[in-house]
Amino acid sequence: MRFIFKTRYEQDIALAKHGGHRFWYGLLMLALLTAPIWLESYGLAQLTFILIYGIVGLGLMVLAGFTGLFSIGHAAFLGVGAYTQAVLAAQGWPFPLSIAAAAGLSAAVGAVVGLPALRVKGIYLGIATLSFGFIVEEVLARWESVTGGNAGKAVGSLQMFGWQADSGSEFYFVCLVVAVLCTLAVLNLLRSPTGRAFVAIRDSEISAQSMGIHLARYKTLSFALSAAFAGIGGALYAHAIRFLSPDQFNIIQSIDLLLMVVIGGLGSVHGAFLGAIFLIGMPQAISALKDYLPDVIGQAPGLKSVIYGGVLIAFVLFEPLGLYGRWLKVRSWFQLFPFYRRGLFKRQKSYMKSDRLK
Amino acid sequence: MSETLLTASGLQVRFGGVLAVNNVSFDVRRGEVFTLIGPNGAGKTTVFNLISRIYTPTAGTMQFQGRSLLETAPHDVASLGIARTFQNIELFEHATVLQNLLIGRHIRRKSRLWQELLFLPSVRDAERETRRAVEEVIDFLDLQRYRDSMVAGLPYGVRKVVELARALATQPQLLLLDEPSSGLNVEETEDMAFWIQDIRDDLGITVLMVEHDMTLVSRVSDRVLAMNQGEVLALGSPREVQTHPGVIEAYLGTADDATTLRRVRA
Repeated sequence: MRFIFKTRYEQDIALAKHGGHRFWYGLLMLALLTAPIWLESYGLAQLTFILIYGIVGLGLMVLAGFTGLFSIGHAAFLGVGAYTQAVLAAQGWPFPLSIAAAAGLSAAVGAVVGLPALRVKGIYLGIATLSFGFIVEEVLARWESVTGGNAGKAVGSLQMFGWQADSGSEFYFVCLVVAVLCTLAVLNLLRSPTGRAFVAIRDSEISAQSMGIHLARYKTLSFALSAAFAGIGGALYAHAIRFLSPDQFNIIQSIDLLLMVVIGGLGSVHGAFLGAIFLIGMPQAISALKDYLPDVIGQAPGLKSVIYGGVLIAFVLFEPLGLYGRWLKVRSWFQLFPFYRRGLFKRQKSYMKSDRLK
Repeated sequence: MSETLLTASGLQVRFGGVLAVNNVSFDVRRGEVFTLIGPNGAGKTTVFNLISRIYTPTAGTMQFQGRSLLETAPHDVASLGIARTFQNIELFEHATVLQNLLIGRHIRRKSRLWQELLFLPSVRDAERETRRAVEEVIDFLDLQRYRDSMVAGLPYGVRKVVELARALATQPQLLLLDEPSSGLNVEETEDMAFWIQDIRDDLGITVLMVEHDMTLVSRVSDRVLAMNQGEVLALGSPREVQTHPGVIEAYLGTADDATTLRRVRA
């Protein structure tokens, strides 16, 4: 068990709370930096996708995990970012500018989509974002002069200022840098007033308001930020996948993204990346498993969806805090050994919420 | 002492056919503890919700330090210097006590979003200052041992104190306490009484509270306003209000009621 003796306020503000954090995250960073050495190209491509989805997951985590607003149309923002990047890169914009434009455009769209969030809550907001997702998908399919329609659009390799990310490992490093920057941005946000305002809105709107938090402004901001991260992820996605078509940004993709943050663990930054590992790793695991299953099951269509659905239900029922919550339990078990109690993480029945005033 | 902080005149709230608050006028002076009492459904909490602008009155006006509250948006009430607690506790459950209190400092925010994303030195300094200010409140209310606990796991009595702490963290001029002692045991109520007195005397914060525990009310209040069915019954010192015939009638009924009761029994 670790006891931190705090003598300065700085220690509550610092990102790395103790030596253990510095050591393990340093080790993780080292592993990621040397990944091209110890991973062959297929594995590296998968890792690249994990980073990209992790960035998108960060955005959705800000929205769903920290502000408590659910979006079932997040693939739309991914699409807006991806197509913006594809179009601008084709015109020769350097990567830093085009990705900023992709983020900015997604954020603007996100702010517009956030408007219904000021009026509707819960499942109604889900429906509103869902229909928005369909609208964007349709626009991508019909606006042929820009997007190439259903025929799709090819994307060149990532380039900036005369340099091209031709090889997989070069592109991987670009993704790594972007992912690290995005993670730091989210962590910084969470330790400053804006991030706390999001959490306040998630837990009690009425008292957030009485603490002086402008609900409309912060909800819109959360949507815009979340969309911006999805746009950044989308821009990288465009280069990773090299070929864009509208059906990549359909409802299935949106659900996958939501699944990712729920399984990763709502309300934790780790969860975004753990969820991304799950989302990318699961198809591999399923195809590896297929060979050991009888053909009736192994070759059945829709096996993936069934397993995904089953896993999601299992998580919601047994581990609402997701993979990160499970990790916390495992960690406490080791920290407290042999004194871990089964009820340690049990939610207490909450006290009566005051009558909703509106 | 005599300066008027909050003036409410002719407040009226109508929910459909129900007149929840009718022609309620009072003024709260700087530096006093002003208590609203009354039976259930008297409209006390509704008055609170009017002041924090959750409801808009159908008639009447409210002035806080000469500014009309009706022209203030709900999220701007806090920055005028009015903080409140809720009857059934509205804390941010999935955050630590410390984070809850930090949210209480929201109105002091100076940084912009992009500065926060980069966590510039200015943001860091502001955070350190915020943290220090919060520690003062933690010290004041003896919350040290709960600093890093999740609110969701805290007992009711502690939550009540955390909510008070969060309101104090905004450094208000007027503190609205909605039933500060409800759900507290005798010992915790004693503590609450001391704190309310300290808040007035040491921090110089004016307190407006709704309370049912008459021992607590008469101990800490300077003035008491009794309400019943949305109307003002009596206003004065705790003793005056407690002996006011209208108040006694509202709580206990009249002698006539008792006779009818007896007659029915017989």
